Amino acid sequence: MKLLFERSTVGHKSELLPCCSTPAYELPADLLRAEAPALPQLAEIEVERHYTELAKQTFGVNDGFYPLGSCTMKYNPSINEDMAALPGFTKLHPLQPESTVQGALEAMYTATELLQEITGMDAMTLQPSAGAHGEYTGLLLIRAYHQSRGDTARTKIIVPDSAHGTNPASAVMAGFSVVNIPSDEKGCVDLDGLRKAVGPDTAGLMLTNPNTVGIFDPNILEITKIVHEAGGLCYYDGANLNAVMGMARPGDMGFDCIHLNLHKTFSTPHGGGGPGSGPVGCKAHLAQFLPTPVVVKTEEGYHLHAPEASLGRMRSLYGNFLVVIRALTYVLSLGKEGIPAASQGAVLNANYLMKKLADLGYDMAYPGFCMHEFVMDIGKLKKETGASAMEIAKRLLDYGMHPPTMYFPLIVHEALMVEPTETESKETLDAAAEVYGKILAEAKEDGQRLHDAPFNTPIGRPDEVGAARQPILRWTPAE
Amino acid sequence: MGGYIPNSAAAQQAMLESLGLTSVQQLFDCIPSEMLVDHLNIPEGMSELEVGEMLTAMADKNKRFSTVFRGAGAYNHYIPSIVKAVTSKKEFLTAYTPYQAEISQGVLQSIFEYQTMICQLTGMDVSNASVYDGATAAAEAVVMCQERKRSCAVVSGALNPHFIEVIQTYCGSRGIPVEILPVQNGLTDPAALSAALKADDACVLFQNPNYYGLLENCDALTEAAHAVGAKAVAVVNPMTLGILKTPGAYGADIAVGEGQPLGIPMAFGGPYLGFMAATQAMMRKLPGRIVGQTTDAKGNRAFVLTLQAREQHIRREKASSSVCSNQALCALTAAVYLASMGPDGLADCAKQCLSNAHYAASEIAKIPGFGLRHNAPFFHEFVTECPICPQLLNEKLAEKGILGGLPVEGGILWCATEMNNKNQIDRLVEILKEVAAQ
Repeated sequence: MKLLFERSTVGHKSELLPCCSTPAYELPADLLRAEAPALPQLAEIEVERHYTELAKQTFGVNDGFYPLGSCTMKYNPSINEDMAALPGFTKLHPLQPESTVQGALEAMYTATELLQEITGMDAMTLQPSAGAHGEYTGLLLIRAYHQSRGDTARTKIIVPDSAHGTNPASAVMAGFSVVNIPSDEKGCVDLDGLRKAVGPDTAGLMLTNPNTVGIFDPNILEITKIVHEAGGLCYYDGANLNAVMGMARPGDMGFDCIHLNLHKTFSTPHGGGGPGSGPVGCKAHLAQFLPTPVVVKTEEGYHLHAPEASLGRMRSLYGNFLVVIRALTYVLSLGKEGIPAASQGAVLNANYLMKKLADLGYDMAYPGFCMHEFVMDIGKLKKETGASAMEIAKRLLDYGMHPPTMYFPLIVHEALMVEPTETESKETLDAAAEVYGKILAEAKEDGQRLHDAPFNTPIGRPDEVGAARQPILRWTPAE
Repeated sequence: MGGYIPNSAAAQQAMLESLGLTSVQQLFDCIPSEMLVDHLNIPEGMSELEVGEMLTAMADKNKRFSTVFRGAGAYNHYIPSIVKAVTSKKEFLTAYTPYQAEISQGVLQSIFEYQTMICQLTGMDVSNASVYDGATAAAEAVVMCQERKRSCAVVSGALNPHFIEVIQTYCGSRGIPVEILPVQNGLTDPAALSAALKADDACVLFQNPNYYGLLENCDALTEAAHAVGAKAVAVVNPMTLGILKTPGAYGADIAVGEGQPLGIPMAFGGPYLGFMAATQAMMRKLPGRIVGQTTDAKGNRAFVLTLQAREQHIRREKASSSVCSNQALCALTAAVYLASMGPDGLADCAKQCLSNAHYAASEIAKIPGFGLRHNAPFFHEFVTECPICPQLLNEKLAEKGILGGLPVEGGILWCATEMNNKNQIDRLVEILKEVAAQ
């Protein structure tokens, strides 16, 4: 495909603005750029065709099955987009007087009320812009809490080795050092390991539950108790909330604060990598430290309020507001029956597909029932046939479906992590299983074929090593 | 109501049977029974028609101003129709981060093109794929400048106050000292900066145009930073770079800013776009996703996420930042905007902002009590005095459908863009005259 710049022709443009109606003002030349930016020059039809071509080489949930583990690639309802495009939301200046944005504040307030009930939390900020940003925010809450008590020796955050990479990275941003603890043979927290890890330097624990291998930790109450008795707080990574919405609440599991991924659990689109939204909920004892501002409701209406001991601001303004509007639309659509039904559907779909793939002969890293996702272990197959997790993933591309998450969690070496979500039909799962069956047969018959895959995609396997060794990060005109 | 679940009850029953189960509840037996939720205390689900009415009612409670003279970090610009048309394409909208390059060339190429255009605008060598917003971009820039023996960030007091607060949050937790440089007549004084700088400071941050709309002496500020071996970080408005001297031209090491002016609606504050560009020397310190060009097995041009050894999913606690999801669709929005405007269109838009703002400033300043507060070159924002309570003034303007400037430090920070033509400005001035006469 040509780049925008390779389609450019001198003089091509769109007519978008009227002539300037005020006298032309000139700034001194030393304040101006020497030459115009080398942006492409294109007529509108050229822009449209360019991006239509790019869209055709982009695979979204709307194109097909997308069981990317831990990413919850569920269907993104169209009504959400319509609501987020209402001019009464999109045309609001963020610094308008409060009295003129009561509807926007009501939407934010309503969203926090609903999400607090779903998670069992007492207060919430919508400011964090993505999951990792939420983690950072939640850890700063934990830090502020300990500091407010003069408990400054608590410098360590405990993270299981099955955790998302953002967990330890966020902990370091928040000024903590990281203590990694190993998982037990079931992929759950090793209680003895945890007991040994906690102490007077423990600030908190970060945990995903169900964890990244799709298992609900049966000892969750004991885990949070161990941390609390050691004086630490418990942080819930909401990446996997889609397994338990309306069935169990992090607040009832002993967690003090959480983040949600509205772009996973609450159906807002991923946009090719964002914008997401990572609201952070907390129990009452952390509410005074929340980032500023939060929305409060009084008899006179809704207000933006700075919590008394606020940790500060996490970004400008109030968060990814239009993403929150989409999530609010979704929660209101599903309601008290739909929310648990979604999680039940997600768990049923995952177990159904897991059983079908296990029956075909794929090894499961943790056999038995799973929650919303499961992890296949390709290690034995690789030993027998040479076919790795990567090669199976690449061959799946030829069949018009997105591969599972590869090589994560790190505790399974040849991992394929599958999360079908509730919005896929039995027929789609059956068809996917059939493809997985074909690929397994291929691996056993002709290992080389998988090694060369994919065959039907716009490009073959890219040279990633070369890309990193000699980085080309922008287009430059040919000499 | 339905949770967007396609399976019928019969299909679900068949699936359960294949698992040897009779009820879906059995799949949740792993959860300790004492914590199972009986029912959520939230409303019953609604039909699409009803939820549409409810959200529309909320949207209708907000006041939409037909005329906006307020900026201060969020700007009312014209958004070409094609921008929404392209960014609504469901392939872009519903794709995940492009981990599987073979089926993601479209989104990867769009990011590569975005990175290129950010470099063209800023005059810098490299750009990342975006971070959350301008304020977090500024904070991440400070982190990029950390060296073993250089830590302190010296920040101009004329930076957008939200940016300063976010920098303080990000630096506070990492133990990075932040020094705020006092503002003099609305500007950052290079001599005062030189006097304040210590030999082991890590970086200097200034904004151009600054929070008050004024154009800083960027050459001198950059030079002052470099004189002590500190990095210079310029916070810039991308719209103004259609005509203004680039951070690359005055030697900045990093250029960051809020990309909202590039086709992104004001939308009550988000989602917006944090852009980050840097010199080649600082490439490997950039946080977040970066797309690079390579070749596929057949030698064809291809694009991939690259330099991932910096990132959290590889480095975990040693990563340069935890950023994972960014603002990809907003970066696409900016790219489509820039491709539609082209170099002439962007320069024209920037000049219209400049000219409209200067016409507005000269007319407003003629009104008794509304004198210009600062005497320095400005772009499309400026501060005037206000003879009455600024909030009261804005209430009077609101009655006429006008969102007035933002009250700041007893005065008013006005903004004019290409959306504020002569008629709008003349009407504003008439109302201000009436107010001044009362």
